[in-house]
Amino acid sequence: MKTAVQTKTLTLVQAITDGLDTMLSESKEVILLGEDIGKNGGVFRATDGLQEKYGEDRVIDTPLSEAGFVGAAIGMAVNGFRPVVEIQFLGFIYPAYEQIMTHASRLRMRTLGHYTVPMVIRAPYGAGVRAPEIHCDSTESLFTHMPGMKVVCPSNAYDAKGLMIAAIEDPDPVLFLEPMRSYRSSRGEVPEGKYTVEIGKGKKLTEGDDVTVIAWGAMVPVAMKAAEDMKQKGINCEVLDLRTLYPIDKDLVIESVQKTGRTVIVHEAHATGGTGSDLISLINDEAFLYQKAPAERVTGYDTPVPYFGFEDHYLPTPKRVAAAIEKVMKF
Amino acid sequence: MEKDFPIFQVMDQNGNIVSEEHKNLVTEERVKKFYSEMVRIRTLDRKSISLQRQGRIGTYAPFEGQEASQVGTALALEGEDWMFPTYRDHGAAMVFGHSLRNILLFWNGRNEGCVPPDGKKIFPPAIPIATQIPHAAGAAFAEKQKGTKNAAICYFGDGATSEGDFHEGLNFASVFKSPVVYFCQNNQFAISVPISKQMNSATIAQKALAYDIPGVRIDGNDIFAVFAETEKALKRARNGEGPTLIEAMTWRYGSHTTADDASKYRDQGESALKRLETDPLLRLERWLKNEGLYDEAWVKEIEEQAAAEIDAAVQEMEKFPKADPAVIFDYVFEKPTWTIEKQKREYLELIGGEV
Repeated sequence: MKTAVQTKTLTLVQAITDGLDTMLSESKEVILLGEDIGKNGGVFRATDGLQEKYGEDRVIDTPLSEAGFVGAAIGMAVNGFRPVVEIQFLGFIYPAYEQIMTHASRLRMRTLGHYTVPMVIRAPYGAGVRAPEIHCDSTESLFTHMPGMKVVCPSNAYDAKGLMIAAIEDPDPVLFLEPMRSYRSSRGEVPEGKYTVEIGKGKKLTEGDDVTVIAWGAMVPVAMKAAEDMKQKGINCEVLDLRTLYPIDKDLVIESVQKTGRTVIVHEAHATGGTGSDLISLINDEAFLYQKAPAERVTGYDTPVPYFGFEDHYLPTPKRVAAAIEKVMKF
Repeated sequence: MEKDFPIFQVMDQNGNIVSEEHKNLVTEERVKKFYSEMVRIRTLDRKSISLQRQGRIGTYAPFEGQEASQVGTALALEGEDWMFPTYRDHGAAMVFGHSLRNILLFWNGRNEGCVPPDGKKIFPPAIPIATQIPHAAGAAFAEKQKGTKNAAICYFGDGATSEGDFHEGLNFASVFKSPVVYFCQNNQFAISVPISKQMNSATIAQKALAYDIPGVRIDGNDIFAVFAETEKALKRARNGEGPTLIEAMTWRYGSHTTADDASKYRDQGESALKRLETDPLLRLERWLKNEGLYDEAWVKEIEEQAAAEIDAAVQEMEKFPKADPAVIFDYVFEKPTWTIEKQKREYLELIGGEV
């Protein structure tokens, strides 16, 4: 017998708040730390109301000090807590990079599992919201290249809550990328209470035989729009939302690429060393002979993310994605 | 500033007690305990240098000269406290109960070296500089959140105080009143750079003013001063009064590691002279002699005991099973990702089980 699950209609950022709330209420080990997350509820209101509900000891406003509070969270994680730290913008994570690279990600291996760091680092990322410089970076590959880190990136409210809960329950450190541009751009049905979306699993959003289009985070709506436009031209795209950038859902990608023989990867991160490169090398390893065309990448450029006056030129658009799809079709 | 942060001493370099208040601390029993622990770790240190020279362990970081700082702090801790050492604090870790075999395994390139015995809360040695300072703030804060009376001690050198993590860690600990003792062994050199080029401040202790926490400067070669101030700071921590910064003035007689040569960047004649004046072991010997309690046979006995203990640990280290390559794959995540599983499978197939 199926029980009807109560749902609420939430934006992506509200779903994140809901996920944090669910976990704060479930376990005293869960503790939030970050700048402005308490009274202010976070600059994007992702922690709105949580300090009021759980107290200053569990939703902690920290000094403005990324290395300091990420480092302290490592100490707390080792000593029995499950800290979720908020980095106000991914572009502000760099002072904490050393802590994440030299300790959070490798403590388990250094100590053969004696000490572990079950922490989540939340970071809004990406361009397209007219933010000042550095606020719009999408340097996810710095972390997918880092052994010992998992990197997830939801594109919708349902996945955001499910992945957040999975990330907090994960025994290893997880970087949780939140697409700022998608925070409030749409709403979705989100179950009440606890559920998880498995880390390491992507999702097929549309069925198609001609081209596999792979995207994540804020690029999912861009890929979907391009796929819709292609339909008018009789080209059927299979759009995959990767959801986890490390470890990649190999089976989902390979199964789709073996079917379509053509691939377009869309990410707003810089091209060189980006996750797109990893996807292409995975496809070469596992589906080389199925290829009807070389895989195409539609990415941000190998430039710093520009001032917002130029960001429309930097970001992949449905038009750029459509051009890449046509290119692989015509090859 | 130096006047505001005078160097605190209990026992001067001639073995005379100079602090009336701490007279009761200096008993024959205590001197002997402190002395024998310092002999143990000095023996380990000298043996390790020799093992490195023979190629039996890897690059090694010596601490000779800093024994009073390490033993005095470690003996002030309670069993449930945390220790956050650097790569030069294995003497302290050993006194706090780390496995000697594992300490040697660390220097022989094995992860087992980072694993403390059951029940001992000893973090793996910090290799980057100052990064353990925020960890100690967090782990100690966690103890406070849990409502225990446990505290943490965090070691670092003078060079670490130039790093951002020093300031971020102290600030965090100060704001949240983390029960942690920050113990700086100021051995005057950050590898080759002398303190005069490291900072323009007269003392490190004064940096505590910025965080409104107590900052004290002590003679780091005077084990009684180290013990007394660490105990006092730990008491403050357990009472919910927050962190303390202790600057222990000391000296390393040798190089930064076995990979560099101290004579290239400092006059080793100066070190030899310092040894005559400030060697922490000599100081206790002088007290014992002043009191007519020095017993050569006893000294010989503890030196022999230490040598035997360390020889046994070296044997254990050398008999330890060869490194299993699976280890590098199996502990990155709780469950290996498919990429790591694939890499492990391919590598193990390639070497055909040969280790």
